[in-house]
Amino acid sequence: MSSALEEEIGARTAALVPKWTGASLDAGPGDVECERGYILHWAEATENANLLYWDEGVAQDVTGGWIAPPSMLSVWMRPLMFNPNAREQVRPLEMHFRLKDAFDLPEGIVTGNEIVFGVPVRPGDMIATKQTVTEIGDVRTNRLGTGRPWTIDVTYTNQRDEVVAVESYRMFCYVRNAS
Amino acid sequence: MLLFGKVQVGDALPTLEVPVTARTVVMGASSSRDWQPQHHDYAWATTRAGTKDIFLNTPNQAGWFRMRRPVYPGETLVFNGTVRETAVDESSCAWVDVDIELTVGEDVATEASARLAIPQDDKDNPWRRSGDDWRP
Repeated sequence: MSSALEEEIGARTAALVPKWTGASLDAGPGDVECERGYILHWAEATENANLLYWDEGVAQDVTGGWIAPPSMLSVWMRPLMFNPNAREQVRPLEMHFRLKDAFDLPEGIVTGNEIVFGVPVRPGDMIATKQTVTEIGDVRTNRLGTGRPWTIDVTYTNQRDEVVAVESYRMFCYVRNAS
Repeated sequence: MLLFGKVQVGDALPTLEVPVTARTVVMGASSSRDWQPQHHDYAWATTRAGTKDIFLNTPNQAGWFRMRRPVYPGETLVFNGTVRETAVDESSCAWVDVDIELTVGEDVATEASARLAIPQDDKDNPWRRSGDDWRP
């Protein structure tokens, strides 16, 4: 049985579902290029001892030079928190936040994530993203609150237009349960 | 070097245990440039997001995994994995599919499946593959 909140959210967002499903945003290149300092900070934070990130000889032999850990992918799309040259404040995974605003669902969590990798990211690369809404699900309630799930696919390309990866984010955005 | 011929379905990965502290969470957020407040701001996490503490962000909870519950400071992440399938594709690339579980106590925090390309012999290097020779 649907709750009153489920029915209210369903009614006010029903027309938005077809409007936003398939919507796409070309977010362009990120604010930062891949460089060794970021890679070392990541390896430090995740206690990643893989010699590909610590020994240049091994990196040269195995991967043809330094690469970034594949799991760093989202690092390259996140905008700087301060940038005096930015024309407008862009949020990381901007399409997700536009959906949250449009659906007026103020809270959100990532419930799942899948990545298919292409060419490696290397120091000096600038990574651009295109974000596409592939699915918006029915209203549901869980222990966090009441809202809708949605899926956004992000295609990452380098400055040579090579596909670095395609990442699929599954989100749940919601209004918190009354306590 | 681990070669494809040494891998069998049912093989278990060595268990890895990682104690999680507030520094683990904050440094993970910093290194992934993720400044969403639930990964560094205790007051925001507990009062706005409704979680019991700050918690690991997605890339640091191993980005492509299916998250079942947040991981908080004071907990220990235990990583385990099992080989589910092995295969060689049309381009002679050798693949190993691994099911991975991250547990905290009795709870499964994250489930994942990873498809890994590994060398067939000491002359084979999956990193050198591209175009039609790379079909993940």
